Amino acid sequence: MKVWPSIGQMRWGWFILGAAVLLAWPVFFDTSTPTLLLTWALFALSLGLMWGYAGLLSFGHTAYFGLGAYVYAIAVVNIGESTIPLLLAILVPAIVAAIIGAMMFYGRISDVYMGVITLVVSLILFKFMSATAGDKYVIGDARLGGFNGIPGFPVLNVPGMPDVSLFGVPLYYVAVVALLGCYLLSRWILARSFGRILVGIRENESRCELLGYSVPAYKTAIFSISAAMAGLAGCLFANWAEIVTPSVFSLRSAAEVIIWVIVGGLGTLVGPIFGAIVLGMLKLLLGEQTLIDNSLILGLILVIVVLAIPRGVVPALQAWFKGRARIRTQRAGHLRARRRIAAPASERTP
Amino acid sequence: MDYAAVVVLEILYMISFIALVSAGLAIVFGMMRVINLAHGEFVMLGGYTTLACFRAGIDLWFSMLIIAPLVVGIVGLIIERLVIRFLYGRMIDTMLATWGLSLLLIGIVTLIFGSSAVSVPAPISGYRLGAYQMGGYNLFIIAVTVVLYVGMWLVLRFTRLGLIARGAMQSAEVASSLGYNPRTVYMVTFTIGAALSGLAGGILAPLTGLLPSSGGGYIAQSFIAVITGGAGAVIAGTLTSSAMFGTISQIVSFASGPVLGDIVMLALAIVLLRLMPQGISGRFFRNSQ
Repeated sequence: MKVWPSIGQMRWGWFILGAAVLLAWPVFFDTSTPTLLLTWALFALSLGLMWGYAGLLSFGHTAYFGLGAYVYAIAVVNIGESTIPLLLAILVPAIVAAIIGAMMFYGRISDVYMGVITLVVSLILFKFMSATAGDKYVIGDARLGGFNGIPGFPVLNVPGMPDVSLFGVPLYYVAVVALLGCYLLSRWILARSFGRILVGIRENESRCELLGYSVPAYKTAIFSISAAMAGLAGCLFANWAEIVTPSVFSLRSAAEVIIWVIVGGLGTLVGPIFGAIVLGMLKLLLGEQTLIDNSLILGLILVIVVLAIPRGVVPALQAWFKGRARIRTQRAGHLRARRRIAAPASERTP
Repeated sequence: MDYAAVVVLEILYMISFIALVSAGLAIVFGMMRVINLAHGEFVMLGGYTTLACFRAGIDLWFSMLIIAPLVVGIVGLIIERLVIRFLYGRMIDTMLATWGLSLLLIGIVTLIFGSSAVSVPAPISGYRLGAYQMGGYNLFIIAVTVVLYVGMWLVLRFTRLGLIARGAMQSAEVASSLGYNPRTVYMVTFTIGAALSGLAGGILAPLTGLLPSSGGGYIAQSFIAVITGGAGAVIAGTLTSSAMFGTISQIVSFASGPVLGDIVMLALAIVLLRLMPQGISGRFFRNSQ
């Protein structure tokens, strides 16, 4: 019997169904918006992995998303071929996060201060990138361009073939592979002892410390992994938008990803993905009308979710379905049901 | 010589600016350990209240000094009753909920006032200092900040209300066992904190201009000032960190442009938090207010 929900219980049936839907989608429908939604989903997954399982909330996770986008754009302008820039877009955010994470976690900074520091990091990047207009701010051939950002850089290409670029439907497939790959990676991480220790740290930090695990090392590692995923998402976003602007670092986008994750649900991997897709669609729909401001709805959703369903929609639904299933089995036969409910409790006692 | 005077005045102005913007947040954080991410929007609301009153023909001084804090205080009271009071003791959830509130307030203000920048005229004209043209209104801001902080100190130190507040700050349990309902204390504190933010917004409106999103500009400075100041001694801590950040940011700005000033300030805040996780007051002013 599982003790932690959804660790090591990979539901392959659902996974294959989801993958099939995603892969078949371009046959029937347009892919431009879905590509964007997939990059947001990957971004939300990266934060959900860290926040939901290790209990670490980065208030400025958009810093690593934006770094991924900027690093890709700067590197690809200079190099031309996109393989190395793609790798850099994953590596650089991971390294930056490792440095910042080590500084915070080895300094035993509490979660509230961690929120403030991560937020300040993304504010620094936002202010800096907004101020880089003019010829002074050039990295190689890439002009940082201040508020206008970096437009018109080469998009991803098939590795080794700079002439075969990936955009439109191929980019959609790249995003699908990235999302599914990161999902599997997250599942794998969580099924290993590393992931279990992370959950242990979330549940009781000092107990893990006393058992001999280096809590700061584990936290730094998951922060860095999560930042790498966010960087990949940022790189895909840059390829979708074909421009990067400082708005990737803005407070607004920092808030958005947190809203996606908390609405979707903490402690699940599917929740953040669904949260990002549903709320992302809502955001795009709201963007088409001018009657009600977008942030009004987003803010309202966040307040209501924190007050009413602090665990998020997906875990709440899961609990509801489990409750229903339990009632059904109870109706089917009292004795069998009683044994089913009693079993986990007896297993929990050592 | 004139230039030196200009630099000193600008530094004093920057310190006052940070201290003024942080006052409301400092009180709420120091008393309740609540981090209010909608703080910047309270300041912004104060500005818009001033603007609305000014457009309606009410005297500018009256609207910024009286009406702005009143209105924002009432908004704070409503928010405390509707949202914050359910989240005491859940710091991260409070931060998230107040972040949602900040987006909500931005949305509402955009709905009412539109998203373009508006401004309130400065009621004090400039003056000449040697070869330099100075804003006279900056002096007023410095004066208001001094009065405000002296007032806060006097209230906390010498009045019964201040005594209760300090007691609740040190130990909510003891205060409640003596018959002061901590929930009421929290409610009053949050309202006062919101009113102070509204006051700051009203006073700063003529200088900074107004945008629905301009709260985001205040939040970084006030946050790092309050957090590095620490919760141990609200007034001393916030003043010290404001003085430090204001001085450094302004000196760097004079040397190499305002953006770098901001960045250096934020980077310094991160380093300080790493070195002193309890804040400045946790280290140096343990026994003062």
